[in-house]
Amino acid sequence: MSTVEDRPRLTPDERSAIVALAHGHAQKRAVCIEALKYVQSRYRWVCDEHLREVAALLDMPRSELDGVATFYNLIFRRKVGQHVIFLCDSVSCWIMGREALCAHLGRRLGISPGQTTADGAYTLLPIVCLGHCDHAPAMLLDDALHGDLDAARLDKLLGIGEG
Amino acid sequence: METPLTQNIRDRQAPPDITAYTQSGGYRAVRATLGKVAPRDVISAVTESKLRGRGGAGFPTGVKWSLVPDPDAVPPPRYLVVNADEMEPGTFKDRLLLEGDPHQMIEAVIVAAYAIQADSAFIFLRGEYHLAERRLQQAITEATAHGYLGTNILGSGYNLSVQVHTSGGRYICGEETALLTALEGKRAVPRAKPPFPQLSGLWGRPTVVNNVETLCNIPHIINNGAAWFMDLGRGGDAGTKLYGASGHVRNPGAWELPMGTPLREILEEHAGGMQPGYELRAVLPGGASTSFLMADTLDVPMNFGAVEKLGSRLGTGAVIVMDQRTCPVGMVRNLEHFFAQESCGWCTPCRDGLPWIERLLAGLEDGDGESDDLAILEEHVGLLGPGRTFCAHAPGAMAPLASGLRYFRADFERHIHDKRCPWR
Repeated sequence: MSTVEDRPRLTPDERSAIVALAHGHAQKRAVCIEALKYVQSRYRWVCDEHLREVAALLDMPRSELDGVATFYNLIFRRKVGQHVIFLCDSVSCWIMGREALCAHLGRRLGISPGQTTADGAYTLLPIVCLGHCDHAPAMLLDDALHGDLDAARLDKLLGIGEG
Repeated sequence: METPLTQNIRDRQAPPDITAYTQSGGYRAVRATLGKVAPRDVISAVTESKLRGRGGAGFPTGVKWSLVPDPDAVPPPRYLVVNADEMEPGTFKDRLLLEGDPHQMIEAVIVAAYAIQADSAFIFLRGEYHLAERRLQQAITEATAHGYLGTNILGSGYNLSVQVHTSGGRYICGEETALLTALEGKRAVPRAKPPFPQLSGLWGRPTVVNNVETLCNIPHIINNGAAWFMDLGRGGDAGTKLYGASGHVRNPGAWELPMGTPLREILEEHAGGMQPGYELRAVLPGGASTSFLMADTLDVPMNFGAVEKLGSRLGTGAVIVMDQRTCPVGMVRNLEHFFAQESCGWCTPCRDGLPWIERLLAGLEDGDGESDDLAILEEHVGLLGPGRTFCAHAPGAMAPLASGLRYFRADFERHIHDKRCPWR
């Protein structure tokens, strides 16, 4: 059972940074996405305790902030790996063979979409059209966009070549 | 052929910084307008140019602006919001403009905000567009340092601040009222109209929401005039358009061409035709929420009216090519999966109807199709059609489904009869 001491807390600097985000906005809640993304940039995901703290800092009910957090594709309310692979699943990439690539990744990494590798290195997620359709199939690896993917290029980018 | 929107954009090169941008004529529209031309005259110039929104709906931009009340009647604050939430599957035009020439975007924002007398502007950017975000922030920093943003811009007495908001990621944020709700830090559920955002938008204040490509035309209209802009188009609609092509074409890409360029010219001259072994069977002319056009309609001019006459929409002008090796049922399933996932869940027909449609299509693909499935799908086309739902999301989702059922009827029936997908 977790005790109060076990719970992750935002540092004073982190709390100040979140308060600073809201400066100059009509209402503090306007920056709730920015604040959640900030927490994610520090901890990779938003745990219940951090959500509670952000809600308090922005004068929002916790339930409302969770409603916002869970609405969006890019806010993680569960742990993710060190790297997140967003493999585009929209129509142009689908036509250009993204299903086979997804299956390949699943075999190489031993996970299905939505899962994280056992070593915590990679999380594989589908993502809506990345606007890279002229280089389909495409993916976002963390913040970097990659196109013209095939199995070999994927393996190279992820450093998961055979042997 | 003039390409004002993309004249500064070089493939795989860094965008022009403020020095290069200014040297090539940039910020001329700002210098010529702020404090020198009355805001209402800027609106008139845009109305005269017959510029129509490039985000998909095609609403006349000048008319949209003219519905903002006079500052004497409704005091500040008021807002300009750039819809840079490009998320329509198959579409990659705004990313090109934002990454390729961010100062053009900032200049457009300044002139447009001045026209509606907004003192604050937001660029609502797709969260996945990390490079565009960095380049926009850099452009804002440079523009502020050069006195194009901030207080008393160029001594005109006009003040403007611009902020970039990166989205949490949801397709519905592209709907302008949902976008405003998102900017207020809430779940991005669309709002009822009226009131329209021009009267009651962000935080209940007068607000204009315009697409990236739409706004990027503004400096050029100011510099060159309405007549010049109208002459850029071929046929009915004014200006240029960024068209795109994806799928098994030889040279997928995006090109700035005269508005009204025939679909065949886009696909054959610019996209280079089909790759060896692939035949064009149909296209979605303007993103996922437009109806299929068949191979015998390729001579259609890609403008608002002509595409509509064929029962589809120009949409974003992003042409998605379906070839004979692509299963039409599988393609529609992919599209409906997208729409089902991205439904905001606010109204029941959309929230419950779209997943039902997706399940039926998945069943057909997996060999579990029943003889009455097509009738149920067709019933949904009516139940989720225009006027049945809170916003245009579900009606948009019905466009490829309805046209798919009509044009690829035999393929749908074959899935049921054979109890499998013939393409697998």
